[in-house]
This record gives sequence, C-alpha cells and structure tokens, in this order.
Amino acid sequence: MSLELNYELLVALLVLTTAGWSVAARDSYSATVGFVSYGLLLAIVWMQLQAVDVALTEVAIGSGLTGLLLLGAAARLRAAEARVVARPSAMLRVTAALACAGLSVALAYTVLSLPRAAPSLAAEAVAALPATGLGNPVNGVLMAYRAFDTLLEKVVLVLSLVGVWSLAPDAGWTGRPRLLHPFADDGVLPFLARTLPPLGLLLGVHLMWNGADEPGGAFQGATVLAAMWLLVLMAGLGEAPQVSARWVRAAAVAGPATFLAVGLAGMGVAGAFLAYPEPHAKALILFVEVPMMLTIALVLALLVAGPPESAPGR
Amino acid sequence: MNPATLYGLCGAALVGIGLYGLLTEPRLLRKIIAFNLVGSGVFLLFGVVARRGADAGLGGDPVPQALVITGIVVAFSATALAVTVLLRLHEAGGGVSFDDRAGDEGKERTTS
Repeated sequence: MSLELNYELLVALLVLTTAGWSVAARDSYSATVGFVSYGLLLAIVWMQLQAVDVALTEVAIGSGLTGLLLLGAAARLRAAEARVVARPSAMLRVTAALACAGLSVALAYTVLSLPRAAPSLAAEAVAALPATGLGNPVNGVLMAYRAFDTLLEKVVLVLSLVGVWSLAPDAGWTGRPRLLHPFADDGVLPFLARTLPPLGLLLGVHLMWNGADEPGGAFQGATVLAAMWLLVLMAGLGEAPQVSARWVRAAAVAGPATFLAVGLAGMGVAGAFLAYPEPHAKALILFVEVPMMLTIALVLALLVAGPPESAPGR
Repeated sequence: MNPATLYGLCGAALVGIGLYGLLTEPRLLRKIIAFNLVGSGVFLLFGVVARRGADAGLGGDPVPQALVITGIVVAFSATALAVTVLLRLHEAGGGVSFDDRAGDEGKERTTS
C-alpha cells in the first residue's frame, strides 16, 4: 500500500469517525459540531476525487450553512431534548444495525463491481464547451447542458423559502426573522461582522466571475455572500428584512424569473427551451448568473434565518 | 485498491451509518442529521462514478459532479424546511422526539 493511499485511508477513517460521532453523541450540540467537522473532512475527500467545485459547495453549504442551521436548532431544543431518555430496545438496535450493515455491504459490492471501462460524458462535455464560451466544464453542465436542473433547483429554493415562511406564527407574519447570536455582545462577533464582509463580498463576486473558467460559480459565490450577511445579522449590526417587503419578494424570484425568461426566449431565437444562441451564449449566461447569485444569496440566508417572528420589544 | 474505490466503500459505509441513526434515534433533530449523512454518502458514490469517468484531460466526469452540486443545494433547502417544522412543532407544544415520555406537556394540547 503506497504512502498516498495511507493518507486517503486516514481521511476515510476520519470521515467515518465523525459520521459515527454525529449519530452516536449524546448531546445534539456535540453531534452538530461533529457534523460540521464531517462536512469539512468530506470536502477533503472531494478534493481527492478531483471535484473542486463540489468541495467548495460542500464546505460552504453542506458544512457551513447546514451547520449553522443545525447549531441554532440544537441550542433551542437543548432543554427539551434533555428530557428524552428512552432508547430503542437492544433487540431493535441490533436488527437495525444488521439491516444497515447489509445495505452498506450491498452498496460496497456494487462499488467493487462497477464496470472497468467507466462510462463518461467528459469527452462530450469538453467538446461542446467552446460553444458556451465557458472554460469550466462543471459550470457548462450547470448553466448550459443541464440548465433545466439548475432552473428547477432555483425553484426548489424559492419554494422551500415559501414553506419556511408559511410556518410563521400568525402574529409574526408581518415581522422579521430574528437570529441574534447569544454571544453577540462579547466583541469578537461584531468585530468580525465589521471587518470580514468587504473581503467576503470581493471573494463571493470573484468566485462567481471566475467560475466561468476556474472552479467556483454562482452557487459558491452566493453562499459566501449569504454567510457575510448572516454574520452581520447574528452580530446584531443589522436587521433581517420584513418578509412582506416587496424588494425581498422581488429579489427572491429574480434569479429563476430571469432564467425562465432567457430560456423561453431561447425557444424563439435558438430553437429550444433554455438554448442559447451561440455567439451570445457567454453573455446570456452571465446575464442569468448575476440575478441568480443575488437570489441564491438572499434565499440561503433567509432559509437559515427562519420564519418571521412577532417583534418583541428588543 | 485505488483511492476512488476506497472512497466508494467509505460512501457505502456512510449510507449505513446514517440509516442506522435515522432508524434508531428517537430525537427528530438527530434524524435530520442522520438523513443528511445518508444523502452525503449517496453523493460520494456519485463522486466515485465521476472520478472513474475521468477523461478528456479532466479529473472527473463533470456531469455527475454538477448533479451533486445541485443535490447539495436541494438537500440544504429540505434540511432548512425540516428544521423549521421541528422548531415550530416544539414551539407549538409538540414533542422533539418519537419517544413517548418527552413532550408530555404538550401532548394533549391541540395545536392551532
């Protein structure tokens, strides 16, 4: 076994350990911390698999934003969860463990018996890339070849925001989401919230702009923007917008609406839904990506912020 | 064994670990975390397929990679919705777990 595989074995073991921890830890807060570390380690795995775009997404959304969401929930449910004492019977746990191990073995067998000549669309993806004006094949798939998936995914984001808002208590409907961090007063968080956002803004726009040719893209850039905004909100330096504000609703649908409009225009100009007329493909993709990035940033942040609450006298 | 296969086995194990948590853990928040583990295990299997499809000078097939990126974002949306439902359920006096003894205080109350 080579030295390199030893390193990979170590990473795989760490991934499995943190995964096991986030299932087995007694306290949900510890489990969530385990889950965040798990996401970071998983990003190393994605780097090893030569999928830099996925690694960026995993760090930003899978580990970062999901972690923030879960930490907030774990903190709010801590007292109630402490009263949960019952564990399922040993019999049930053993049966479940056997069933899950069986599933894992079946999946492992599938992995080991994958065809030796792996099917791949890489050559086709690279061959058609010049027509899109992009240099990053992953972005080519997202914005051109499988643009329909990306469009629907934006719709899913907006729908889940509608879902989250619909869970607002009656009194909160015209209010704002509130996510003041319990440690907001200790100075470090407000300091970071004052110093980081300019850099974060630059990094976010850079990731989006550079995503055309290098790893990165609208998603990863938007997540950085969302994180900066959440930092400001949690430090108490800004207020989340009222969910009934018109600009919030307009911004939430701007991305998918532009995408849909360009897609429909493609029917007339390029002969198919979501097709780009070739010489203008790059310009159109950018035209779609900019409002999309704003929508993603806004929706991701508001999904973490949760439903609006009635404003208490704070 | 090459690295891709190793990580494929890792993904297979992650699905099992996550499913075990989903089945045996009574607390709902923990079920959400466990479900995310299952999801990321499946994504990892996609990543292995992508890595095996390395061709044309790329380190991996970009199509499954792009699908995973979409998948991660959708998984986040679903998690956000699930967490919000759970927090609301708790606020409205419902339990935080499938364990009968917890959330007793809200059990008989009907929520509006």
